[in-house]
Amino acid sequence: MAEQATIQEVSDAMYKMIKDSMGQKKWKATDLTKAVEQLFGERCDKALIKSAIRDLIESGKCVYTYFGGSFIEIPHKEGAEN
Amino acid sequence: MADKKRSTPKLDELEKGEWPSFVKEIKIAAEKNPMANDLLGQLERSYEEKIGHWKHGGIVGVLGYGGGVIGRYSDLPEEFPNVSHFHTLRINQPAGWFYTSDALRKLCDIWEKHGSGLTNMHGSTGDLVFLGTRTEELEPVFRELTELGFDLGGSGSDVRTPSCCCGMARCEWACYDTMALTYFLTMHYQDELHRPAFPYKWKFKMSGCPNDCVAAVARADMSIIGTWRDDIQMNDSAVTEYAKSGTDIQKDVVGNCPAKCMEWDGKKLKIDNRACVKCMHCINAMPKALAPGKDRGACILIGSKAPIVEGALLSSVLIPFIKFVPPYKELTDLVEKIHEVWSENGKNRERVGEFIQRVGMGNFLEAIGVEPIPEMVAHPRENPYVFYEEYFEEESEDDKNA
Repeated sequence: MAEQATIQEVSDAMYKMIKDSMGQKKWKATDLTKAVEQLFGERCDKALIKSAIRDLIESGKCVYTYFGGSFIEIPHKEGAEN
Repeated sequence: MADKKRSTPKLDELEKGEWPSFVKEIKIAAEKNPMANDLLGQLERSYEEKIGHWKHGGIVGVLGYGGGVIGRYSDLPEEFPNVSHFHTLRINQPAGWFYTSDALRKLCDIWEKHGSGLTNMHGSTGDLVFLGTRTEELEPVFRELTELGFDLGGSGSDVRTPSCCCGMARCEWACYDTMALTYFLTMHYQDELHRPAFPYKWKFKMSGCPNDCVAAVARADMSIIGTWRDDIQMNDSAVTEYAKSGTDIQKDVVGNCPAKCMEWDGKKLKIDNRACVKCMHCINAMPKALAPGKDRGACILIGSKAPIVEGALLSSVLIPFIKFVPPYKELTDLVEKIHEVWSENGKNRERVGEFIQRVGMGNFLEAIGVEPIPEMVAHPRENPYVFYEEYFEEESEDDKNA
């Protein structure tokens, strides 16, 4: 049985996915969940992923946005405000 | 001090007459609040041009939360600078909308200090709605709200603020304690309420009886509506009193029964309770004579929504009857299975009702581990969901032999 990943590892992986695809893809929580499940396999479960998303948001590295549905993004100056 | 008073000839038309007017309320607010004054100006412009001037969405929120704030910006910020940001806040309402007058005064004080002073009491989601503030005011409002014991509600792809009718607190027809269940669900799903984790929104609405005063059947992804299993309670002498005092029982009660399960011979009302569809019409028509039965509980329905992405859907029956007893484990286990299947397979902005339509109710039931039964009706007298697999298997055997 593989050792479980840490919250930090998972949230760092999520942050990288979001950063690398900035401007090309908007990530929903469900998409991030599926992507890290694939990346970490048995090393993470849904509860861990939920904690990692919470860590990502509460650390201020990412924010929730709303464009028809809710997404997780890196903070930026939003278009609507311009 | 508010800016110069704006000329609003078109809006002024909507102040005429004896009825309350939103224009009158905004004008009162505009006397001391520049946001309300610019709101009048922008709205007048919209009436002139017949288009809205709002932009919607974006980053706005409070730290850690993904719901409760709906970003709103003017697309005419130079002309109406005080509404260049005009965000909405949803405040989680107490179950059944019970407040003390003191709490309301304090909520309004917070809003006059940090926002436009305009509210919706209440929004169609059920939340108390604060209309119009700037991004930099969001954290201070949130801090003062939480100090007062209030919290933000849901928005976006999360569990929306659960809402219910006034239930047993004020209504004799309540078949279960809607307020207790609403409070429980609000506490149990705090994480899902503040951190959007679903393909789209998820609404719980609780009505204590089939009158469905919160219109759960038309709006909620999960509608929990009170009902009963035994016979309608009847007081014969009160029925006679209704007849004596002029109620036309044949025409107005029996004649309007959708199930045609009642008979009136001029003296005695008879109800075939096995055929009753619990529509509440007869009970509403003669409330002193008839009442829901004594074996009360609730029916859980799934899948309604208003027409945003696709057309409107009404709920259909998922669990025909359930007795609610805290800690409501049967309900939360069911919801957890539904959330798991929908989150795993739902498309972006696909409500659970649309998901069920796409995959089929049979497949959905199998995925959540619920056996199909004849009572899972879309509406009275129709069940499109039960398939007799044994029958089809037998038929294919016959086909082979043919």
